[in-house]
Amino acid sequence: MLAYIIRRILYAIPILIGVNILTFSLFFVVNSPDNMARMHLGMKRVTPEAIENWKIERGYDKPLLYNEETGGAGALTDTIFFEKSARLFVFEFGRSDAGRDIGYDIQQRMWPSLAIAVPTFIIGLLVTITFAMLVAFFRATYVDYWGVILCVVMMSISGLFYIIGGQYLISKVLHLVPISGYDTGVSALKFIILPVIIGVIGGIGAGTRWYRTIFLEEVSKDYVRTARAKGLSELVVLFKHVLKNAMIPILTACVSQIPFLFMGSLLIESFFGIPGLGSYTIDAIQRQDFAIVRSMVFLGSVLYIVGLIMTDISYTLVNPRIRLS
Amino acid sequence: MEFKFVILWTDALVFLLVGIVTGFTVYVSRKEHLRAPWRHVARSRMGMAALVILAAYLVVGLLDSVHYRPALETSGEQEKVRYSAEVLSVFDLIATPFRERQEKTYSAPFATHLYAKETIEFPDGSTRRDFPRLEYGGAHLDDPHQDRFADIVLTSVAGIVQGVVIWAALITLTAYLLARRQKSEVKTVVKRIAKGETDIPWHVMLVTAGLLIVLTVLAINLGLKYHLLGTDKVGQDVLYQALKSIRTGLVIGTLTTLIMLPFATILGIMAGFFHGWVDDVIQYIYTTLSSIPGVLLIAAAVLVLQVYVETHPEMFDTIAHRADMRLLFLCIILGITSWTGLCRLLRGETLKLREVEYIQAATAFGVSNAKMLGRHILPNVMHIVLIAVVLDFSGLVLAEAVLAYVGVGVDPSMNSWGNMINAARLEIAREPIVWWSVTAAFIFMFTLVLSANLFSDAVRDAFDPRLRQQ
Repeated sequence: MLAYIIRRILYAIPILIGVNILTFSLFFVVNSPDNMARMHLGMKRVTPEAIENWKIERGYDKPLLYNEETGGAGALTDTIFFEKSARLFVFEFGRSDAGRDIGYDIQQRMWPSLAIAVPTFIIGLLVTITFAMLVAFFRATYVDYWGVILCVVMMSISGLFYIIGGQYLISKVLHLVPISGYDTGVSALKFIILPVIIGVIGGIGAGTRWYRTIFLEEVSKDYVRTARAKGLSELVVLFKHVLKNAMIPILTACVSQIPFLFMGSLLIESFFGIPGLGSYTIDAIQRQDFAIVRSMVFLGSVLYIVGLIMTDISYTLVNPRIRLS
Repeated sequence: MEFKFVILWTDALVFLLVGIVTGFTVYVSRKEHLRAPWRHVARSRMGMAALVILAAYLVVGLLDSVHYRPALETSGEQEKVRYSAEVLSVFDLIATPFRERQEKTYSAPFATHLYAKETIEFPDGSTRRDFPRLEYGGAHLDDPHQDRFADIVLTSVAGIVQGVVIWAALITLTAYLLARRQKSEVKTVVKRIAKGETDIPWHVMLVTAGLLIVLTVLAINLGLKYHLLGTDKVGQDVLYQALKSIRTGLVIGTLTTLIMLPFATILGIMAGFFHGWVDDVIQYIYTTLSSIPGVLLIAAAVLVLQVYVETHPEMFDTIAHRADMRLLFLCIILGITSWTGLCRLLRGETLKLREVEYIQAATAFGVSNAKMLGRHILPNVMHIVLIAVVLDFSGLVLAEAVLAYVGVGVDPSMNSWGNMINAARLEIAREPIVWWSVTAAFIFMFTLVLSANLFSDAVRDAFDPRLRQQ
């Protein structure tokens, strides 16, 4: 097991290098630092000195890959690639283009993101599984037929609609909770409720439909027929036998999502003004802060790979018949 | 009137796609075994109703994809004809009355007065702050407060009647054509359609088409007198904007797949067919690409493009060209982020197919690798490709709105539902609220996505071998 995990982590390194090279070439080769400086300082009426200063302040004035001026190891380390891209491997994110410490910001903003994402994830899972069980219980009846259609309708509604509609209805018309904002401690609760509810509702359509197919696949298996032949009631069959077995695909699919809870939800956080990583990313994109976008790309890929490894491990934990190789 | 055709990049690709689909249809209709699953689709009621709506969207989208630049009026001395910097489409030409009736700023649906107060000067010289009359919306009414309601009702009735007449003509035409093909009488055909006894659910299709026709005729009747869905911040008709956005949505939904499909298919079946280093390299490429969060990769790429466009203004003659370039680029980037899923699926399926007897027989006969891939593997994974294409479409249309919100969507000068929602987002906080722009965008987007979802369900049911057995 340990050997497998180590091998998987080693396998992740070339992928992260690939991601790094890709972002590096997107941000620095296709787009020279001069262009970035011009973009930030305004396109017209910008003096070469101002551009030079901007680059020096942020460390973009170095050569891209190979520094001829400094000899020895400095030739490779005193470059943009080493300073800005290679450092990410030890999670040194450096400073944003606006001058703030990205690593510190990420640590601070992780918690509000988790406060929204974790409840949304857990409640969403419970709600969708319940609905899917209900639909599966009434399979091949009108409840099932219209349930699936309702799911398709809910899937077809834009996520933005749920957010805008929910904010309008709950906060503006009914005045139940504040429209947006965030607080620390227990008083954060009133800011968390609405985003969580909206996040859960937005996921019901696709989730229910997907879990329904899993349940239906399980229901058509032989052990279910045996259980029914034993004379067990449909409810017992569904909750005791089918649910337990269906948990295997459900759990393994969920495990891969867990690392992403840190990243937060882009839309919900920015609409509700929650100072999490999702709104951090959106703000960075809108302010064109390339340093933050680069760091988030790297962080996102790390989390994705962690998710992949966790999925593989969870496969073996819930189903010992699968051997890791 | 003189004009010059303009073929934008996306136009060319849209027509290429139309050509491919037409060719594919002709090919399929000649092969019995390929026609069978489509017949299954044609029997699905939901699927066919959705298809009618999709077709209506498609017509608007295609009309909006034929672009031209009208000639400017010359003063007479100049020999050379000069063309306007504004690129118009055939759809713009048809919708000229909607396009040109621009008000000053926001006005509600069916409003006769502007949404914001202004200082109005009266003929006697006095001034007062009040809501001014709209220039076009309800301008034909003498006393809007009294006459408006009656006028709306009368216009609606007229519109519905016209719509029903056109619908009746359509039913007759369909029944006539069907009767000629089946060599039976029109009367019996109509009866069978009404009872829903036909093989293809004509009654469902005709009812959907009827609803669409009546709504369209109604919208034209009312829209020529009022702003049916209100006007936006700069006074443009919201209905016109929502209709213009159809092309953007369709282009993103279809061109993205067109661009990514060759890569996903070729790389996917190659990875599955050749083991060893080919498989390793392809797997490495798609794992790397899919490990980058989609939005971030798109954002990064669009930011890069933005810098490029701003530093090379000489490359684009008109705003439309620039916007079009960005749209195409967005499609390419969306394609890059979304091909990995299909590629992985195809690799898995090819791995399975490799071990099937007919492939082994072909290997034993010494069939070359290229021929094997083209003749034996590719046709047998086509159903996966098709299902993926139709399933991806609706997700891409929805993604456009999210990207516009993040600020990395299509060009702000281009009409799109995402831009409409984004522009109106801040107005939600106004009192009384400006709801019509957002609502219109959501309804148009919802209709398209819902019909695409329902149609893709029908296609999946027909093509997925696992579902067919059940």
